[in-house]
Amino acid sequence: MAKEYHTINQIAGPLVFVEKTEPIGYGELVQIALPDGSTKRGQVLDTSDEVVVIQVFEGTGGIDRSSGVKFLGETVKMPVAKDMLGRILNGSGDPLDNGPPIIPEKRLEIIGAAINPWARDNPQEFIQTGISSIDGMNTLVRGQKLPIFSGAGLPHNDIALQIARQAKVLGGKEEFAVVFAAMGITSEEAQYFMKDFERTGALKRAVVFLNLADDPAIERLLTPRLALTTAEYLAFDLGMHVLVILTDITNYSEALRQIGAAREEVPARRGYPGYMYTDLASMYERAGRIKGKKGSITQFPILSMPGDDITHPIPDLTGYITEGQIVASRDLHRKGIFPPIAVERSLSRLMGQGIGPGRTREDHRAVSDQLYAAYAEGRDLRGLVAIVGKEALSDRDRKFLDFADAFEDRFTRQGKDEDRTIEQTLDLGWELLSMLPTDSLTKIDRKFIEKYHPTVKKK
Amino acid sequence: MATKETGRISRVAGPVVTAEGISPRMYDVVLVGELKLMGEVIKLVGKKTVIQVYEDTSGIRPGEVVVDTGAPLQVELGPGLLSSVYDGVQRPLPVLRETQGDFVSRGITAPGLDRKKKWEFTPLVKKGDEVGRGTILGEVPEGNIIHRVLAPNDAKGKIKSISSGDFTVEDVIGQLDSGYELKLMQKWPVRQARPYVEKLMPDIPLVTGQRVLDMLFPLAKGGTAAIPGGFGTGKTVTSQQLSKWSDAQIVIYVGCGERGNEMTEVLTTFPELEDPKTGKPLMGRTVLIANTSNMPVAAREASVYTGITIAEYYRDMGYDVSLMADSTSRWAEAMREISSRLEEMPGEEGYPAYLAARLSEFYERCGRVKVFSGGIGSISVIGAVSPSGGDFSEPVTQNTLRIVKVFWALDSKLRERRHFPAINWLTSYSLYSPILEDWYRKNVAEDWNQVRLWAMETLQKESELQEIVQLVGSDALPEEQRLTLDVARMIREFFLQQSAYHAVDTYSPLKRQYEYMSAIKRFSELAKKAISLEVPLERISSLQSRTDLGKLKFEETMDADLKKVAAEMDKQFASLGA
Repeated sequence: MAKEYHTINQIAGPLVFVEKTEPIGYGELVQIALPDGSTKRGQVLDTSDEVVVIQVFEGTGGIDRSSGVKFLGETVKMPVAKDMLGRILNGSGDPLDNGPPIIPEKRLEIIGAAINPWARDNPQEFIQTGISSIDGMNTLVRGQKLPIFSGAGLPHNDIALQIARQAKVLGGKEEFAVVFAAMGITSEEAQYFMKDFERTGALKRAVVFLNLADDPAIERLLTPRLALTTAEYLAFDLGMHVLVILTDITNYSEALRQIGAAREEVPARRGYPGYMYTDLASMYERAGRIKGKKGSITQFPILSMPGDDITHPIPDLTGYITEGQIVASRDLHRKGIFPPIAVERSLSRLMGQGIGPGRTREDHRAVSDQLYAAYAEGRDLRGLVAIVGKEALSDRDRKFLDFADAFEDRFTRQGKDEDRTIEQTLDLGWELLSMLPTDSLTKIDRKFIEKYHPTVKKK
Repeated sequence: MATKETGRISRVAGPVVTAEGISPRMYDVVLVGELKLMGEVIKLVGKKTVIQVYEDTSGIRPGEVVVDTGAPLQVELGPGLLSSVYDGVQRPLPVLRETQGDFVSRGITAPGLDRKKKWEFTPLVKKGDEVGRGTILGEVPEGNIIHRVLAPNDAKGKIKSISSGDFTVEDVIGQLDSGYELKLMQKWPVRQARPYVEKLMPDIPLVTGQRVLDMLFPLAKGGTAAIPGGFGTGKTVTSQQLSKWSDAQIVIYVGCGERGNEMTEVLTTFPELEDPKTGKPLMGRTVLIANTSNMPVAAREASVYTGITIAEYYRDMGYDVSLMADSTSRWAEAMREISSRLEEMPGEEGYPAYLAARLSEFYERCGRVKVFSGGIGSISVIGAVSPSGGDFSEPVTQNTLRIVKVFWALDSKLRERRHFPAINWLTSYSLYSPILEDWYRKNVAEDWNQVRLWAMETLQKESELQEIVQLVGSDALPEEQRLTLDVARMIREFFLQQSAYHAVDTYSPLKRQYEYMSAIKRFSELAKKAISLEVPLERISSLQSRTDLGKLKFEETMDADLKKVAAEMDKQFASLGA
């Protein structure tokens, strides 16, 4: 078996330095036996002829110079099985729910290899979330990664839950699963999620990984990778369609920064490590579809923007990797509108592939473009009204102003359990557009106006 | 070739590996560990060699073997490049998928060019001919073009023998007096620019079929352009439109740190596209390089060089090449990451101090040049820049702007309004327009430039008037100024907005662009006259021909419709008394 070393010569923060070892592989898993009989786990960060640096997952408290260090000769692996559905695991993948141990069908490397771009299948199956501001304006497709950019005090969890509850592919009867990875969220938030999963019966189809706020920060770097490895197994080995919810990426990035600082790395923007982009990419890019395989992985990372600042490195780098973002708006939330999705700041980069005839409806692109343009025009006019008053506006402008209000009140706003079909969403869009002069609908082909416009088509 | 030296690993820290016992040159490629991971020498310290490995180093231990290949990172050049899909170090992705499955595992190599495929070679030189670097030895049909087989850089002498027939890239097709063997394939180190005879003025436009670009902010063949824009401004769609529609014969698309799913869109849509000129698949003149953000960072750094080297090779045959680097920010990000791993002293915002030098070196490899094979070739580079947080003052954008001549400013405000392509007409610029003026005058219309200037001026006036409108509302303006606003709106909504997804609107030939803008100009002139005759603006704006001008761009019969509407327009204004 693996040799045990008692040659620790330095412990600093989460790092343990061991001397005089045999050659140790980079990234190898390590077990440290403490004097009190307990064990901790870690991973090799740096290995050389002279010294091996180990990052300890659970923190270095209690480790002394005489602790025994055992190198396990392999990198971190995740035991996976179909039986994991319905289970609640901790951030390191061990059961938390007093259930039986999981009998692994496979043990997989948690650092997933990149999907060969040539093997990727084009994500184009429309997912109906039942939320108009997403389905109509920022359409989600299977295999997409679409983060929710939110802020402290905004109901991002409710949005995520509503999506998890309602998401479906039209006409599809495929196997569906949810993988939920909590990183550093409070136990209260975790319970909120769990309760909802139980209430709706979603837990049966879910695998839950919980790394709570008081769990070791370093474990947060493992949790999403364990979750994604499980998701890949469910999707590409078992052919399921997996929705992965990762919350909260901000906590994850904090942990990354903590490690970087402990390793005395040269920090980049705001103290986050220079490789944060690649590190985040190695998680987000594990969404997608593969040619010839049935399953898919769709990701919903949630991140709270510190100070609502979208230029902060975490949302900024995330936005460069994910295919768009759903932005929660404090203004709409204050107006009491749920879901407070700011459509003008949100974007789904894969929308174009998921909509249109045969997927949603032929007029979808035109309607959403027109809604966007009209809403933007109406919002601009609000600034003008604040200065000159509504009376000073032209007739045309007043109509756009009213349109913007109606858009927020009727299109964006909907109930937490209201599940609108895509037809309902688009028809609602047409109804709102009919408030405007027909000749200002420049983004819509004439034939669609004749077919769908509520007042024009009657003639 | 240099002999292969072996040594041992002494340290592994992420992608940076230190080795002993080899004495390679800087930037030589070394194979690391039992898995033979590909790496590059980036630092020599005492007896130690610091290697940047292109792949994940998990499990690699000190003591494992390293092999010095004695050569820098190079690409294989020859028939078979077109239609290929490579990763950042020219490994063909479809071949990797066949040999090792859906995920890219480590330590595998596959040659850039197919070794088995035979190409039909027709020599253009004969025994006794004097050849030197760049001499066209013969031709091979490849994809949609004729691949001119060039004599390698170090070939010099008289042809001793040359044969025609079917050959693989490794077969000997002929010999020089000196015994030098000629093959279809040659190799070239990617970090070194390929030589040419001389650089020429870039005085021919690269026609893109995108109205806002060709009319207002043209790019010259051999020119450089930057498309900046925060995420979500439609940068990717714009650069893909350019790849599809620009009139370069060869398209090279470097997806550097691209999103996997968006790269998939490129990889799946390109093979379906038809080349408007030949009716053959567009892939027949395209090389795609895909290095997504989760593929190894060092390969991402190399991908841009791999792309430009392939571009230079086709340029040397006398072709116009357009290279899209999407995105150079991701490339700079890779440099920053590698630099930080090397613990180099960081420059601005953590980017290495040599960022500006690397960027200008890269852009300097493009241009319109006289090549050794006798003709003229060009490489136009369009570099996408994604400034963090949309902040144009960050180093990558600023250093890029100092170099490039065209700036297509993508604007998120326009995106919010669904104005596509979201290119801001006030902040964009092209320093090529004066140089290209002559060409447009001779090849499209005598008054092309007047029409262009009129449009620019109207848009400029609009932005000034908008400031007043913001304060007092548009009703407070005199009729003539309100007309300017209305005409500017027509320019924006009809002409500048162009749908990439609409079958007709996606490409607009230069002649049509000119006719279209001229029609709007004509409308403006007639309207101005009408207003001077006290016709109310409301009546002018509600003319059927105004509405028709906006809709006809979606019609198959647009060119004919345009003539009809122009005639109608004259009649309708006449009925107003103008």
